[in-house]
Amino acid sequence: MSAPIEMPRWADLALVPAVAVAAAFVVAGLVVLAIGENPLVATGLLLRGALGSGEGIGFTLYYATNFIFTGLAVAVAFHAGLFNIGGEGQATLGGLGATLLCLQFEALPAVLLVPLGILASSAFGALWAFLPAWLQARRGSHIVITTIMFNMLASALIAYLLVEHLARPGSMAPESRGFSAAAHVPFVHDVLAALGLPAPKSPLNLSFVLALACALGVWVLIWRTRLGYAIRTVGANPAAARYGGIDIPRITIIAMLVSGALAGLVAVNEIMGVQHRLLLEFTAGSGFIGIAVALMGRGHPVGIVLAALLFGVLFQGGTELAFDRPAISRDMIVTISGLVILFAGALDGLFRRPLAALLRRSG
Amino acid sequence: MTAPAIALAGIDKRFGEVHANRSVNLDVAAGTIHGIVGENGAGKSTLMSILYGFYEADAGEIRVGGRQVRIASPRDAITAGIGMVHQHFMLVDTLSVVDNVMLGAEGGWLLGPGAAAVRARLAALARDYGLAIDPDALVGSLPVGLQQRVELLKALVRGARVLILDEPTAVLTPDEADALFRLLRTLAAEGKTVVLITHKLREIMAVTDRVSVMRRGEMVATVDTSTTTPAALAELMVGRRVLLRVDKPPVTPGPVRLEARDLVVRDARGTVRVDGVSLTVRGGEIVGIAGIAGNGQSELLDALAGIAPVAGGTILLDGEALGPADRDPRLLRGRGLLHVPEDRLRSGLVPPFEACESAMLGFAAEPRYGAGLLLDPDAIEGAMSRAMDDYDIRPRDPRLKTAKFSGGNQQKIVLSREIERGPRVLLVGQPTRGVDIGAIEFIHRRLVALRDAGVAILLVSVELEEITALADRILVMCGGRITGERLPDATDERDLGLLMAGVSERAA
Repeated sequence: MSAPIEMPRWADLALVPAVAVAAAFVVAGLVVLAIGENPLVATGLLLRGALGSGEGIGFTLYYATNFIFTGLAVAVAFHAGLFNIGGEGQATLGGLGATLLCLQFEALPAVLLVPLGILASSAFGALWAFLPAWLQARRGSHIVITTIMFNMLASALIAYLLVEHLARPGSMAPESRGFSAAAHVPFVHDVLAALGLPAPKSPLNLSFVLALACALGVWVLIWRTRLGYAIRTVGANPAAARYGGIDIPRITIIAMLVSGALAGLVAVNEIMGVQHRLLLEFTAGSGFIGIAVALMGRGHPVGIVLAALLFGVLFQGGTELAFDRPAISRDMIVTISGLVILFAGALDGLFRRPLAALLRRSG
Repeated sequence: MTAPAIALAGIDKRFGEVHANRSVNLDVAAGTIHGIVGENGAGKSTLMSILYGFYEADAGEIRVGGRQVRIASPRDAITAGIGMVHQHFMLVDTLSVVDNVMLGAEGGWLLGPGAAAVRARLAALARDYGLAIDPDALVGSLPVGLQQRVELLKALVRGARVLILDEPTAVLTPDEADALFRLLRTLAAEGKTVVLITHKLREIMAVTDRVSVMRRGEMVATVDTSTTTPAALAELMVGRRVLLRVDKPPVTPGPVRLEARDLVVRDARGTVRVDGVSLTVRGGEIVGIAGIAGNGQSELLDALAGIAPVAGGTILLDGEALGPADRDPRLLRGRGLLHVPEDRLRSGLVPPFEACESAMLGFAAEPRYGAGLLLDPDAIEGAMSRAMDDYDIRPRDPRLKTAKFSGGNQQKIVLSREIERGPRVLLVGQPTRGVDIGAIEFIHRRLVALRDAGVAILLVSVELEEITALADRILVMCGGRITGERLPDATDERDLGLLMAGVSERAA
């Protein structure tokens, strides 16, 4: 038994994650130093690459959009006490859903096709979460194991479909044919240009607004609805949930459906927003980054948006950095995100205890 | 004059808004048994947790045997010669007695020598104090009284000179409790010091040399036990005179509300925990189930409440047999069967939730908490504020985390939630476990008032005093069976104790 660690809310929500990120950067800096580069210069390049230009900011927010979706997905499941590692596979299936719908109904106007595509993305993501959820709820198969396996199944399924059925006839490339323009989620630079505000081109599209709306929606769901109350009760104290007459298997399945639907929305950003066709590995690890984002954001939508922005900066800045300093490869970002997961998630207590003691002494 | 075994000076501890200990002073003389009493939430457990290193005090100093020590962890406490027997045992069920005793003090990379030393110590303690135990038995397979003995042995093997016991008799039969007290006397006679936390004044009077009373975080008095009386102590604890008996007007029981016929309940492993129990509870009647904890009472309550599956037999509510689909806590609540569960923190509340959120557990669907799918935070908080006034729940902060309330106040949160809904049948498990005297009086009065109003109440308690004070009929459970039925006026502690121990019923 360990004593609960008491600290003010602001410290719990902001200070601890900030210190964890700082620690991750310090260790990453040491790695940079070890390969013979100056970590301060590298940090400068990274920040300038991510935030130093309109284009850079556009890329940063575009990456962040994916991470908001997957971070929210992990958080919703986590509130129900479930560790959904399957964001990657659910996002992949979301891409399949968007593609099948957009190709099937390509003649529809944008006002119908885009919302239907969004629905199809989330529905397929939810479907891919349903089987692990059902297995967990009714058969007790551990959701961590099943969702990991479903990631692999998703990746194999998409490869098969792309090669055998969806690839353009005669093409060797494992990708589908392009969507009609009506299926494109508008780019932000196009929207701004239409409003008379010229903006540099970037992949940032209106999915970012959808992501923010989802963050608000998740907040309302978790803290302002009866369903959210049931989800949190199941996650915090299953025995109390049983006593309270909450149908735990049902809540498990619902929470995973919501989680999978959120992960599936990655496809709206990537497939409908940027690529406009289905291709292999379009998720690029967003599902896994979502775990780090949810951990860092402490399961709260505001924290998740902030953490997603941080990872957006890392991704965009890291790309620029790798371009500028070939000695520092893009794997550096993987290292840093790994370190953030380590410090913010696994070693949470590492900073929590000394910080609490420090605050007590100064308070 | 020798230094006191334990001297606490100016101990101060806050948890957020709760001031759990206010510059508490306490001297415990070596070789004595020192009782600490106080309402729950008075700060006894916090004080002992500070002494045992679970918390660090915000201010104040601790002296052990005259020497000032800093106790930042249980390890420091053990080094200083302090041992603790917790109310909820800190044992690993799947390890043997030797392994449990050795845990944390293995003494090196290889287990062999440490285990041999522990065996030798156990043998010596068995000889000197009559604390015999099979060193190779799995702790999980031992009866609860022996598990407590393992806790005690753990402390003694580590050379504890000061023993803290937190509510040690909660899990014991009267006979076992007497044996424990004899042991404590022996230990004290040998120069060991015993600090006994309890809410049972009878035990304080029977066994302690001195007694300290805590109230609202302050140490209000320390007196020689021989110079005080239970009534005086009770008054010190609550700061006013208390009624130790409940006034219970005679009521003619109404129709049978709840009935069980040959009920069988198995646990998750398939072991039969309730073995063919039949009982009836009428409106306006409190039926008490006495028994030592772990004899099937919990499973019986859970089955009646629709939480645990029924393996055999029938449950009837208002004369109507409940099918498997009816045995859903939500549906049963709708039919007026409410339930105050035995273990409020495990199942009755959600410790990390705000109090007002815990207070709607099981009733979140009620329209008073918000329209449609949405919840209204102001309505939730408002409902809790009213309940806090009605039930005197302290501190009066509906948004404080449930876990931060004291046991008595947590219990009041559960009771207010269930009673307020106007039950027709009320299942009550251990309503006053870990609850202070002031709150016990309050809870007992509420239960009797419900009975007078015609509610059928099934009360499970391991406190015989509570059962005899409240029940109109007493059933005794042992090993999953009802071993006897008594009227409270026609029985005594010894008679019930025999039934609780499973001694078959004498011919009536």
